Order: sequence, then structure tokens, then C-alpha cells
Amino acid sequence: MSKIIFKKQLSKDVFMMRLDAPLIAEERSAGQFIILQIDDDYGERIPLTIADADKKEGSITIIFQVVGKTTLELSEKNIGDNIPTLVGPLGKPTHIEKFGTVVCVGGGIGVAPLHPIAQALKKTGNNIITIIGARTKDLIILEDEMKTIADEFIICTDDGSYGRKALVTVPLKEICERDPKPDMVIAIGPPIMMKFCSETTRPFGVFTQVSLNTIMVDGTGMCGGCRVNVGKEIKFVCVDGPEFDGHKVDFDNMMSRLNSYKDIEREQHSCFLEQEIKNKEALQ
Amino acid sequence: MSHLSPEQLSDEAKKLIVEYIEKIDQLKTKDRMKIPPQEMPQQDPEIRSHNLEEVALGYTMEQARIEAMRCLQCVKKNCVEDCPVKIDIPRFIDHIAHGDFQTASNVIKEASLLPAICGRVCPQETQCQQSCTVGKALKDVDKSVAIGRLERFIADWERSTGKISIPEVKPETGKKVAIVGSGPAGLVVAADCRREGHHVTIFEAFHKLGGVLRYGIPEFRLPNDIIDKEIDTLKSMGVEFKTNFVVGRTRKLTDLMDKDGYNAVFVGTGAGLPMFMGIEGESLVGVFSANEYLTRANLMRAFDKGHADTPIYKSKNVAVLGGGNVAMDSARMAKRLGAKNVYVVYRRTEVEMPARKEEVAHAKEEGIEFYFLQNAKRIIGDEKGRVKEMECLRYELGEPDSSGRRRPVVIPHSEFILNVDTVIVAIGNGSNPLISQTTPQINVNKWGNITVDETQKTSVDRIFAGGDIVLGAATVILAMGEGRRAASAINKLLAEDIEKEKVSSN
Repeated sequence: MSKIIFKKQLSKDVFMMRLDAPLIAEERSAGQFIILQIDDDYGERIPLTIADADKKEGSITIIFQVVGKTTLELSEKNIGDNIPTLVGPLGKPTHIEKFGTVVCVGGGIGVAPLHPIAQALKKTGNNIITIIGARTKDLIILEDEMKTIADEFIICTDDGSYGRKALVTVPLKEICERDPKPDMVIAIGPPIMMKFCSETTRPFGVFTQVSLNTIMVDGTGMCGGCRVNVGKEIKFVCVDGPEFDGHKVDFDNMMSRLNSYKDIEREQHSCFLEQEIKNKEALQ
Repeated sequence: MSHLSPEQLSDEAKKLIVEYIEKIDQLKTKDRMKIPPQEMPQQDPEIRSHNLEEVALGYTMEQARIEAMRCLQCVKKNCVEDCPVKIDIPRFIDHIAHGDFQTASNVIKEASLLPAICGRVCPQETQCQQSCTVGKALKDVDKSVAIGRLERFIADWERSTGKISIPEVKPETGKKVAIVGSGPAGLVVAADCRREGHHVTIFEAFHKLGGVLRYGIPEFRLPNDIIDKEIDTLKSMGVEFKTNFVVGRTRKLTDLMDKDGYNAVFVGTGAGLPMFMGIEGESLVGVFSANEYLTRANLMRAFDKGHADTPIYKSKNVAVLGGGNVAMDSARMAKRLGAKNVYVVYRRTEVEMPARKEEVAHAKEEGIEFYFLQNAKRIIGDEKGRVKEMECLRYELGEPDSSGRRRPVVIPHSEFILNVDTVIVAIGNGSNPLISQTTPQINVNKWGNITVDETQKTSVDRIFAGGDIVLGAATVILAMGEGRRAASAINKLLAEDIEKEKVSSN
């Protein structure tokens, strides 16, 4: 059980929460995630990245986008409410060392997991070039936080409403063309974005690390639902990841697996919404 | 197999009991051998294949007493020898025959606190019942005294009285034992160490307790309510449970001792990552490990479609690959979740199948089709990356292999297509990597299973391990047997500590 101690809406569908979780706060490192459930009997388990932690307060920060039933219900919870199941920190921590120049590319909500990694890399003496992108201005999150740790900072939006009108791959390619080219790229965001970032850097031979967010049930190396093809091997995101070499990940397969339950969820989601409407009507 | 209805079975038993009860203390061996074995009442297959209710309904009181009278009360107790937790079987059965169910229950509890579970899921036919003299004399293990069903009867009887007796706990020793995982091995260690007066904490990664008993074994074989009740006994004894706690990640294993003051640790983290066939198409949407499929259905309650948030794949035609109990559970669960056709595809024959005979029989009654001497060659997807069909190969049996079973040999050019939309892979598990990843000082073998000595001690002082994390994939009762051994080593170690402290303080 974990209490919500702070809540803030970052954009239309994106929320930030601080949760009381002293043990997780103490143990977590950049790159790790938690699994939560908002109903112990019937809720589903969803993985969310730990965006930040405060050991002194004994809290962790999560940032999430409303994409389904659980995230919607989570967004409706308030300060003081409890989350019955919160488990973590899960996954392997990001390997942090002095690589040289690291390009940190964050797309949409992916900026949340990217932030602690960029922070740790900066602390270790890396030169940080940050690119953050989103569909439109309203969906840009953590701009100030990312800016303060970046040696070079680029914002792009798909519609040009803020920063450069471009996909993140455009500045990424320009940076790879520089001499010297960057030592490493870390790309976190929607799968399609990570795929194209990996394709962009491939011809330059720049190592590109991606962080995968697949379907998971237990998150502790038991169910195998999170498996992805990396090179010729089957890897499990929960215990082998979540970070992998983007040049080796089979993104197309991963994206089709992410859609495994889309039809069912759409059906259930609409049932759920109909019920909500009925409930509200009944109250009036 | 034809079955009598529960009512018929009950009526027959009521007639028989009148005949035998008068001469109960004069029964000779030959009289006992003539008593008909009591069939387990069960739900009608047609009905039960559409519900999650328990398949086996349990003996009636009369049935239990008649079955118990079949026991010859052998002097040399082979059945006890073959019980991994050494329940005094003839003694508890004799009390059932005499109608003293409470004493029967007390006898079982001297050795096992989980009789409702063991009575349901132990493979008795390869353990206690295999060496039963009655079964041997009748040259049919299925005619052995139904020890498991009697154990279950007693556990269910006690639960129905609403007064479950709580085993005695010795005075507090002040010593602390940490148990990682609330599956069968961990529960036994908890019970045995707590009885000695040690403080016991079980750490569980999931939000619910029971480990594989809950996420793996389906409701229709082992109802969740039964697990809860057995665990309640441990809670009443003072065992502490911490859910949502992943030892290794939430807290390092060694920190439990170094920082949190535990004097010994037992690692019972269970089965690990599922194995796959390594064939083309296994990444398609619609291919699941049995672990995932069953966890969604059981632990996450996806069968309860109106309530559960966790989705389960909609299937019409399901192929289950494998021949163990997990394969049977997956196949029968798929049927209950609405699949029209469920095929178990196994590359050997029925004789070599590791699943319990009873489970296979139940599956067949429920309409599961068995494709023996066949195996998947590749899984074929549609344009959306979803399973469309599976190409299989036919096999024949050749020479015995290292396991003693005849090796299946592929028949060339025997490919054929099976029309399926879902494939469940149930061919076993690797080891769980979490403890070895986060506690590198613990030695593991090349499969990643923790290596232990004959007392279940690992390479690290005061850390013990047992169950599937040591054995690979095994059974509930073998895990319990390992738990019992580990607990006795832990109790011995802590008793020595206490003795040393006494000496040094004097």
C-alpha cells in the first residue's frame, strides 16, 4: 500500500505523482521501474518508470499518460488516496559511466524515464546533448528539468507549435554527422520513435540504447509476457532489460505484440465508459 | 470413463457403511481387500468445462470411512516412507475409519499444515499410494487406498467445522527467519520455524500469497479460498507476511541479515523464465507461455470477464505444447475461457506423458483432444502478426534416451497444418534470475538453479534454498519436502546460536 503525497497535471493527459515508498526510494537507480495495481483483486498490473526519488522523504515520482482504464483511474486519484499494490524497483539499473558525449533523445512521455538517466550521466561528467520532442507544444514535459542538465538543448514538435518543426530524428542525424560524432545515444519514447532513432544512428555506428516498455504481468521473470527479440535471442524486458541495444531490437514484432489486446481493450473500455455515463446519469 | 453421480456414490456408501461399521474392529485383511474402492464424486464434465468450480467434490463422510477401512494398517509403513513430509498415514486413516476426524486431523498436522492443498495436488500415485500394499496386492496402483482423497476429506471436514486447530508455538526465541516466496516450500519452512518459536517473515513479490499455488494451479483444481484458509493457519500462529516485496530488488538478500537483523534466510523463489521451443513464429501475437496464460487467468482473475482489468486472449482453436500438469491446466483453462477446440500436442505417446493420469483423464472427459507423436515445426501468422495456423510434424518412438523414455523420432515429410489461433507453450521453465543477478555470491549451476548441500544450505552462510529454484520444475510436495529439510537445518542452526549465547553470557 502506498499513499499519494503529491499530484500535478503536466499536460492534458499526463500526470505526475509522488508516492510514499521509502524502500523503493532507497534502492532504486536510474532506468528502473515499478509495477502498480489500483485494485488488489481485479486490477491489472502496469509497469511505470520511476522518474525520480527522494530518499529523505521516502518517496518516488511517477509520470504517466492516460492511455487505458488503469491510467485513467489512477489519474482520478488524489493526494491522500492509497495505491494498494506498488512493487519495485524492477529491471536492471542503467549502466552509468563516462562515455563522452551522449545524446539523450526523449519523445513525449519518454522524457520522464530519460530525465534520471540524463541526470546521472551528467553527474558522471558526460557532455549531454538533449533532444526532446512531442506531437505538439502541450505535450512537452520536464522542459526546465532537462534544460538545466543539458550542455546543448533542442526541442522539436511535429506540428511546429514549439521549437523546431521536425521529428527528433532530424536533429539526431545532424548531430551524428558532426565530427567527432557522439559516443552514445539514449532514446526513450514511443516504440516507433525508438525504432527510427535506431535506424538514424545505425549508418553512423553510434551505439544507441533504448528503454522498452512492453506488456508485463509479474515483472519479476516468471511469465514471459514481456519477451522481445534482440538480435537472434529472446530477451525478457523485466529481468534482462528494460534497456537494450536499439540496433538489435525487433521493433516491428514488439509493436505488434504491444497491440495484442487492443481489440479487447477497446471493447472493455467502451463498456467501462458507458457504465460511467450511466452511473453519472443515475446520480442526476 | 463412466462415473456415477455424486448422489449415487453417496447412496451406495450409506448402504455399505451400515454393513461394515458393526464389524470394524474384527475386519481381517481379506475382508478389507474386498471393500470396493471409493470413487471421487465430481462435477459433470459437460457442465464443469464451462465453469471454474472445483472438479472433484470430495468424499462424503460415509465414503471416507469406507475407504479408510480398506487400509490394512501395515506394520512396515511403506506409504510413510514415500511421503516427502512423512505424514503418519495409517494412523490418521485409522482415526477416519473410526469416525474420529478431529484426531485424524491432529495426526496430519504433526507433519503438514497444508493438507487441503496436498490432498488436492500431490501426485499420490507416484508417492504414498504407489507403495500401498493394497494397490500392490490388487496389482493396480489406482486401487491403492486413496490416501490423498482421505487427507483432503479431513482438511475439508475441519474447515467446515469453522474451528481449525492452531498448532502449538514454542516460547519466542528472539531469532528471526526471512523466507523469500510464499509458495509451497516457503510455507512449510514458515510453519516449521515458527513452531520452534522463531519470528518468521515471508516476503512475497505478488500482491497475493501462495506463489504457484495461486498463479499456476487453476481454481478448478485448487480453489483460492482453500489457499487463503491454509495460510490463515500460519497467520494465526504469528507468521508475518509482506506482499509486494521483491527480495533482491526491494531489498538485497544479504541486507535482510546485515541490516534487518534476520538470523537465517530461506530462498524459495520458485520457477523462473518460461522455456520456448525455439521455432519460427513464437513471437507472434497469440503465442503465450503457460505461465503467462495461467497467471492472467488465475492470479489476475481474467476469467471473470466483467470485473477483471487484465485481458485474456480470445481464442477459438488452441494448441497446447507439452505433456505435463501445466499443459493440462492450460488446456482445461482455455476450454473454460471459451475456446471451442483445444489440442494438446505432445511428441511422445500417452505413456510417456509426465502429467498425472487423473489430470489427463479429466482433460479428456472435458473434450480436450490429444495429438500424440506430433510436434510443432513452426507457427504461421497472418498479415497482422497474429497466429493463423501451426505446421506440425509426426513422430514415431525410437530407442530409449537418457531419461529412459523412448526417444521420439521425426517421420520425414510428415508435415501437416493445424488450424489454431492461439498457441500455449508449456514445456517447462528455466530458473528465476533475480536472486542470482542481485546476489552474485550465491552459487548456481549452469541452468541458474541454486546449488545446495544435503541440508538445503547454499554457498552463503545462513542462506538456504529449496523448491523449484533448486529443483528446476518439480511438484508442490517435493518443494514442501525441501522446505521441511531446510527448516530443520535452520532450526538446528538457530538452536546452536541460542546455546552459544547462553554459554557466553554465563
